[in-house]
Amino acid sequence: MPIKSEPVEVNIGPQHPSTHGVFRMVAKIDGERIVDVKMIVGYLHRSMEKLAEERTFTQNIPFTDRMDYLAAMSGNLGYCLSVEKLAGVEVPERAQYLRVIFAELQRVASHCMATGAFINDCGAWQTPVMYAFRDREKVLDLFEMTCGARLTTNYMRIGGVAFDIPDEFLPALDRLINDDLPFRFEEYDQLLVGNEIIMMRARDVGMVSPEMAINASLSGPLLRSAGIAWDIRKADPYCVYDRMQFDIPVGYNGDAYDRMCIRIEEMKQSLRIIRQAVHDLPGGPHKTDVPLAIRPPAGEAYSRVESPKGELGFYVVSDGGPAPYRWHVRAPSLINLSVLREMTIGKSIADAIVTLGSIDINVGELDR
Amino acid sequence: MPHAATLTLAGTHVADRIRTALPDAIRSASADIVTLEPASAFEAMRFLRDDEELDGKFLVQMCSVDMITHIDLVYHFASLAQNHIFEVKVPADHEHPEVPSISPLWSGAILQEREIYDLMGVKFPGHPELTRLFLWESFPGHPLRKDFMSMPGGRKSGLSQFPKQVAGETGQEFRPAAPGTGE
Repeated sequence: MPIKSEPVEVNIGPQHPSTHGVFRMVAKIDGERIVDVKMIVGYLHRSMEKLAEERTFTQNIPFTDRMDYLAAMSGNLGYCLSVEKLAGVEVPERAQYLRVIFAELQRVASHCMATGAFINDCGAWQTPVMYAFRDREKVLDLFEMTCGARLTTNYMRIGGVAFDIPDEFLPALDRLINDDLPFRFEEYDQLLVGNEIIMMRARDVGMVSPEMAINASLSGPLLRSAGIAWDIRKADPYCVYDRMQFDIPVGYNGDAYDRMCIRIEEMKQSLRIIRQAVHDLPGGPHKTDVPLAIRPPAGEAYSRVESPKGELGFYVVSDGGPAPYRWHVRAPSLINLSVLREMTIGKSIADAIVTLGSIDINVGELDR
Repeated sequence: MPHAATLTLAGTHVADRIRTALPDAIRSASADIVTLEPASAFEAMRFLRDDEELDGKFLVQMCSVDMITHIDLVYHFASLAQNHIFEVKVPADHEHPEVPSISPLWSGAILQEREIYDLMGVKFPGHPELTRLFLWESFPGHPLRKDFMSMPGGRKSGLSQFPKQVAGETGQEFRPAAPGTGE
């Protein structure tokens, strides 16, 4: 005789370590299986798009740190690129290389955090995330050395970067990317990628098919785990990425395990890019002289970068004034959640947590 | 053969392509942008998704801009296979903005349409669950509209006086004061 069961609503978050910020998920479960998932967001909504309309283009740069606070450099870069496209500002070579170096360092830092937190969600409590934090700290030390801030860097400027790198930066970077991190990533390979427990936990969890990924506008590791080699750095190169040699790691199964492997491989590729950028780093100015109250001509521009979370786009409309008329952010964290429902229905709560961890959302960017 | 760097398709080219199937769907077309008639926007978007040449299977992003006289919905579509991108706009009435939902075509539009409904107040008939995304249901008004005043009792932006007070006549020579001068 089948046992009768009634659907029960389980509230996960907003204050819960596995939701990576103030994200709330209401799961309706029938027995062990999820039958419906509702996401409730907005706890961190700061109305940045409205606030930006009342500030100058330069004053808006700090907002971009505070969106994806784990990848502030990528946010800075994407925003500055969009305003430069609108205003037709040329960026000196040295600034372009510095931007690449810092964006890639930021990718390492963000992916360290994502991998550590993902293993945390899988049930390996605290130790792996502390390992990942240890490596992330070293990257943040370099940020602190250059611009004084570790998290909200506010480093890029329209027309270049705020400061040139200090003398002790390149030796420290050399130690980091040639001695410390490659050794750590080998450790990750041994501890995580080849780990049978993680394979059993994360294989076939949070599956994404290529058709679903394209239809839902997914981007970043989530799209690549479905087997689509799509990376803005290759497809639509910005800064000097077209001069760099690197590979796009692609998954074939579209599950949470693939996404973890992709992130670890991307960190190695980032080190490869940084080595090339440091080798070719030219001299010269780090910034063109752009008025602080820049007034781009009336018009609109959309520019996008590959942030650690996915395609981060900025749509800027100017009416010729000192402030943007409209400023819209294409937040990968929000759009990547479009598939959360499809990915979790029919699975257990524990699988939903692993799935959410593998999407790697950032609530600051999701809510803006 | 995919392009080495993303190619931006000319608006006139996209418009000509859509006209082959839907002659009345285009309101205007310029070098960058195609503006669709709202009444046939849904059909036109279905066409540009399924058409082999346009191949707009990837909805890059959608957002809205308050143009005072009307509200523009801005869509960017891309083809991952051919690596091109193009922009489509759909104008909506300012008082009662309504644009057909494209979430039956792209599931990635569901959350973005909810965001636009929340912040700009555009209604999307055909959306499976059109509720506010960030703000609470009883929130007064839609903040991204230009006529939205800040929260009750709030203050106006200082930027309306920006050029005179802070930036000099042209707004271009504003530099921060030297440290220690008390400015």
